[in-house]
Amino acid sequence: MNIVEVEHLKVWDTNTGKVIIHNSSFEVKQGSCMAIVGESGSGKSVTCRAIMRLNKPWIRQSGTMLFQGEDLNQLSEPEMRRKRGKHLCMILQNGMSAFDPSCVIGVHIRETLQQHFGWNTRVIEQKIIHAMESVMLRHPREILNQYPHQLSGGMLQRIMIALALVLEPDLIIADEPTTALDTISQYEVVEQLIQLRERMGCSMMFISHDLGVVQKIADDVMVMKDGEIVERGSMHSVLTEPKHAYTQYLVSTRLELSNHFKALMQGES
Amino acid sequence: MGSYIVKRILLTIPLLIIISFITFVLINLSPLDPAVVVLQAQEVPQITDELIAQTNEALGFDQPFMIQYANWIMAVLQLDFGNSYVSGEPVWSLMGPAFMNTLKLTLVSSVFIIALSILLGVICAMREGKLLDRSVRGISFFLTAMPSYWLAAIMIWYFSVKLDLLPTSGMDSYRSYILPVIVITVSYTGIYFRTVRSSMLSNMNEDYVLYARASGLSEKKVTLHILKNSLQVAVSIFCMAIPIVLGSTVVIENVFAWPGLGRLSVKSILSRDFPIIQAYVLMLAVTFVLFNTLSDIINAAMNPRLRKEF
Amino acid sequence: MRILKNLSKDKLAMTSLVVIIVMIIAGIFAPLIAPHDPGQVNMKLRYASSSWDYLLGNDHLGRCVLSRLIYGIRPSVLWVLVALSLSVLIGAIVGFIAGYFKGKVDAWIMRVCDIMLSFPGYVMTLAVVGILGAGLENILIAFVWMKWAWFARVIRTSVMQFSDMDYVKFAKASGTPNLRIITKHIVPVTFADIAVIASGSMCSMMLQISGLSFLGLGIQAPHAEWGMMLNEAREVMFSRPELMLAPGLAIVVVVSAFNFLSDALQVALDPKLMTSQGKSDKSYESEVRKPAYEYSRG
Repeated sequence: MNIVEVEHLKVWDTNTGKVIIHNSSFEVKQGSCMAIVGESGSGKSVTCRAIMRLNKPWIRQSGTMLFQGEDLNQLSEPEMRRKRGKHLCMILQNGMSAFDPSCVIGVHIRETLQQHFGWNTRVIEQKIIHAMESVMLRHPREILNQYPHQLSGGMLQRIMIALALVLEPDLIIADEPTTALDTISQYEVVEQLIQLRERMGCSMMFISHDLGVVQKIADDVMVMKDGEIVERGSMHSVLTEPKHAYTQYLVSTRLELSNHFKALMQGES
Repeated sequence: MGSYIVKRILLTIPLLIIISFITFVLINLSPLDPAVVVLQAQEVPQITDELIAQTNEALGFDQPFMIQYANWIMAVLQLDFGNSYVSGEPVWSLMGPAFMNTLKLTLVSSVFIIALSILLGVICAMREGKLLDRSVRGISFFLTAMPSYWLAAIMIWYFSVKLDLLPTSGMDSYRSYILPVIVITVSYTGIYFRTVRSSMLSNMNEDYVLYARASGLSEKKVTLHILKNSLQVAVSIFCMAIPIVLGSTVVIENVFAWPGLGRLSVKSILSRDFPIIQAYVLMLAVTFVLFNTLSDIINAAMNPRLRKEF
Repeated sequence: MRILKNLSKDKLAMTSLVVIIVMIIAGIFAPLIAPHDPGQVNMKLRYASSSWDYLLGNDHLGRCVLSRLIYGIRPSVLWVLVALSLSVLIGAIVGFIAGYFKGKVDAWIMRVCDIMLSFPGYVMTLAVVGILGAGLENILIAFVWMKWAWFARVIRTSVMQFSDMDYVKFAKASGTPNLRIITKHIVPVTFADIAVIASGSMCSMMLQISGLSFLGLGIQAPHAEWGMMLNEAREVMFSRPELMLAPGLAIVVVVSAFNFLSDALQVALDPKLMTSQGKSDKSYESEVRKPAYEYSRG
């Protein structure tokens, strides 16, 4: 059963006439994690924003995007809005800019949960604090009353994950969540995302350019270059037997780095 | 927050002292001997040397510089700006009512400027690129290129002369406010609405808007967030608008014969009436500094990041 | 030169540039272009409407309006440009020193600028005119005195932005003398920002100077200047309103031209500068990647 089935997705810029995504087709299996790998400008984020229909107004898209059987492209804007957050959740790359800088974190959490569930403030606080504790955020009550610039990138990422825990969506789209973090925070965030999947059984689309992070969390992988999908398949087969030249190049450069690291560590011990 | 306010206010004190000093020095930069200026202003037919010496002694110009400054400052703090060279009346009795008249005109105009700028800025940002946006921007270009007195003259000619609807000059009833306020509003709204518009546009492209939409928030809530952030920038700019309009009404007041500071200052400049010029500069500079401080405080209140400056 | 190419795509900006250049040339060569002597009084022709000989008619003293308009370009536009350039030059020198050397030098210079900037510009101009007396030179002196601090501040921000860039640090590290770094690396890039600000301030300066002339504080009779022509026309505004048209329109046209130019410069320079930094990075990246990618196959 596929939770997402995209067919002949075409995304183009009406201002410049440039085509960003030419003709993408792919599926995401229910309960699995699909990684989208590629360098900057390959169209990974545009594809995911297209699924959520959150590209800029001058960027148009066509094709079918089936989510749980429904074509998202055909929905009206209010219907789409109801799906966002509750069924399709997004985790952004830069936590610092994801929240309104003039409001404390709690405001966004409250507004989102009120919009979808209509709970009162006490219930919202209870639920979000429970979720924040399970993503290893200490002093959740104080954090809710702080401004985004007072928190670190890793903490803000985990707040977004905590919000996803409460919302219990069917699909989580994580747009390069670890790119702006240091290695330790990267590890923690990836751990949290793995646990999130295990706990909720949701499906995930994980965008990254870092193969090291991706192989830990993803089941399937999709390699994109210049707006086209050049290779698709299960994580194991793509990494061990890459068929396209570009994938081979990505894998080999990554191996080169980690081999050197391993040799260094082994040499020491 | 409280400590920020206190520190900010404390900073203005040395600034005010320096400003008062510069204002005082300014007058003494005149190439002419101050006594000569006084006598000329009073239109004394023959200026002899002993007359100059007498005047110098009478007005205290022969004393050392710092003592003159000290005396002047002490007097100013009690609102005694000296006497006019021309009429001999105390400066404050001339300036006080004039200041009030100008202030009334400024405040009324400022309200309209702020309201119209925000309205136009928000609407144009939301309809960016469309016909409404482009026509408003095009029209505002030309309106701000027009000298305000030219616009004023055209309006007087049309509304007062041809249609005989509104008074041409003076400050009689609320009707005499209409034309000057329109001219001032038109001149300044064109500039300020662009600030609001670009602030809104840059906020509309921010990540937090994307995340808010991705979380499923209604468009109304998202727009409120955008507005809140955009207007923050605008508030401090609008705060500075008031003293700027206050100082720039000079020309408008002359065209409409409004009995305010503008008219008074031009008259004093033409007759070299230094005490009035001095008082005018000091009052407006102090107003400027005070509003600057206020705008910084408001900015810090709305944007917590700025409080870290100290 | 890339700037000019980008600008040429914007028709409005090119028109404005042409208008401005024509005005400047007309002002410089006024004696050759003006049909009549601007100061020639001819009481028989008072308030005459336009005729073939006097294309824009005559004013209250019978002088040719068109000639006065052309001669008026000199004080209204050319001298303002000179004052602006002087102000920008002083501001630029101060701004460069402050922004490049930072530290204590920067702190002191900024203090001075802050004090200068806490005086409302118009008010100070009036004060200076009041002290020194009316006249065009005094107004221009007042303007240069007021505006340099603002330019210094803006240029300093721009310089600080650029002197933090890697290529400057590299030049410093390799021992290039400071003056050379400033002139060769920083001046060309900040020139863009300076051009935008300068053309923008030209508008307000022109309007303010014509305003002061309108009040009688500027250039004195019988010289021609657009603001003063409007002052003279205002006396007879109710009987002969048409005299206000020509100089007023002239001001509107030139100020609008500078306005459009400034806006177009900003659009042409800012996103292009920013994305060309980014774009050139990316194209460089893909060019390096391509050969490596080809090699990895074999």
